[in-house]
Amino acid sequence: MASPVEELAGASAIDPGIEDVVANSGRNRGTAPPGDQTMIINMGPQHPSTHGVLRLVVEIDGETVVSLAPDVGYLHTGIEKTCEAKFYQQVVPLTDRIDYLCPMTDNLAYCLAVEKLLGLEIPERAQYLRVLFNELTRIQSHLVWLGSHAMDIGALTVFLYCFREREQLMRIFEAVSGQRMMTSYIRIGGLSMEPPRELYGTIRAFLKDFPSKVDEYEGLLQNNPIWMNRIKGVGYLSAENALALGVTGPPLRASGVDFDVRRDMPYSGYEKFQFNVPTSTIGDVWARYLVRMQEFRESVKICLQALDGLPEGRIVADAPKIILPDREQMKTQMESLIHHFKIVTEGFGVPAGEAYSSVEAPHGMMNYYVVSDGTAKPYRVHMRNPGFATLQALEVMCKGQLLADVVAVIGSIDIVLGEIDR
Amino acid sequence: MYDPASAIRGRQAVFEAHSENAAVKALADLATDAKFDRDELTITVAREKIGAAMEAMRRAGYNFLEDVTAVDWYPSEPRFLIVYHVLSMAMKQRVRLVVPLDSDSASLDSITPAWPAANFYEREIFDLFGVHFAGHPNLRRIMMPEDWNGYPLRKDYPVEGYR
Repeated sequence: MASPVEELAGASAIDPGIEDVVANSGRNRGTAPPGDQTMIINMGPQHPSTHGVLRLVVEIDGETVVSLAPDVGYLHTGIEKTCEAKFYQQVVPLTDRIDYLCPMTDNLAYCLAVEKLLGLEIPERAQYLRVLFNELTRIQSHLVWLGSHAMDIGALTVFLYCFREREQLMRIFEAVSGQRMMTSYIRIGGLSMEPPRELYGTIRAFLKDFPSKVDEYEGLLQNNPIWMNRIKGVGYLSAENALALGVTGPPLRASGVDFDVRRDMPYSGYEKFQFNVPTSTIGDVWARYLVRMQEFRESVKICLQALDGLPEGRIVADAPKIILPDREQMKTQMESLIHHFKIVTEGFGVPAGEAYSSVEAPHGMMNYYVVSDGTAKPYRVHMRNPGFATLQALEVMCKGQLLADVVAVIGSIDIVLGEIDR
Repeated sequence: MYDPASAIRGRQAVFEAHSENAAVKALADLATDAKFDRDELTITVAREKIGAAMEAMRRAGYNFLEDVTAVDWYPSEPRFLIVYHVLSMAMKQRVRLVVPLDSDSASLDSITPAWPAANFYEREIFDLFGVHFAGHPNLRRIMMPEDWNGYPLRKDYPVEGYR
């Protein structure tokens, strides 16, 4: 009798993607599963635990995962191609939409690459504010991770608590940029505007309260035996595998590799801040939870240092041909009006060359590769997003586990399909 | 502002100026061209040598492959540049390896067997640029549907798609 895997090989007429999965299955790679009792099941793209439109095709033996193949591309909108048809400054709003949980980090990574191409010096005040809002974004992104991860496993309450705090952050982002999610606040050469003075008090009040809220989440989860049993010892990833498969960020640190771009290759003035990089050597879902819970507290520390040390000064670089002039000046001074008109209608030329920027996003290492041919539009923009590489490690983490644990593992790598498909 | 005169161009000049760099030492025999621009080291290697070059990089301490991507310089030749970014976490140093490819022979050896992290990236280049990677375990489209015509990130592919 033909096994289900072989039968499915002829099913491509019904489902074109299935060929991909069959070629990827454990049997066809020479690691034969125990017996021929395996079955292929389709998880997603519309599955509540896949956080978007991730399709996983899982080969199972009973309830044990034999092999697993992710199928991505359902959210592919060709942002890299669109960037090539826009002016440099018009790309910033596109970067918000890549990783929609950490728009400020995307903005920063892109702006750092273009600023490197231009050779712009960013004022210290802008650098501090960039750090402040990047860390608030990290807290916001981790809150979504914690809430949805707990909800996937069945602890619904935590979701509501997390989104209560996230709402406060959304209001802060709205106050500073006018938008809750697609902020486009960090621009080439600096920031789009000065934050309102009274906002600093709001941020301080939030940061004062927030550590006690983290204790609250820990109390809700770590005293919950179901949660502890579902995540301990599940989805192990060794340090060697994590490095070989390109895993970065909290999953890499939870596997025992002590690497954080903020500390090891500092950007935007991170070298002036004191913080710890939480790591763990356990390497499972529980370790990734521990690392991210510690990152909450470290981010609060960095935010407070940024607020305390915030220098006075300009928030944009001194480059009138690149940065839009102040509204008031634009209406009263002829030269500013000319600069404004030229930037808006024909953009600004960027010296030919290539630049690579690397930042530590909430999900891992986010790098932008920008190539310029000397014109006002980027010749090529490539994003190295953490989720795309981390997804390669999903099979290693899920193999030999129960099917229900796949949900826990997906939650623990904090997947955002927007950044994977771009 | 950026000063184009600050860049060091040419294999000889870069290898003399950065003779202590681990990547420069490792690739002394394999590099065909080099550039040091905006604090970034770019080393060009020939298509046949990419496997050997990546192996030499690994021995020199570059333990992490960050990404693989491509740039299409249509209509000039060599048309495609395959770009590898390799990082050493111990030395905190990044190097860019570049492989130029002509349009009539847009293929090179896959590094996925030695660097599993390259798997999805090479599939992405195959999908969006139409560059073939010999020896890749599963070279199929990853973003676009299987039956898609054309390679969207090529410069002769219109932004709005074919109508």
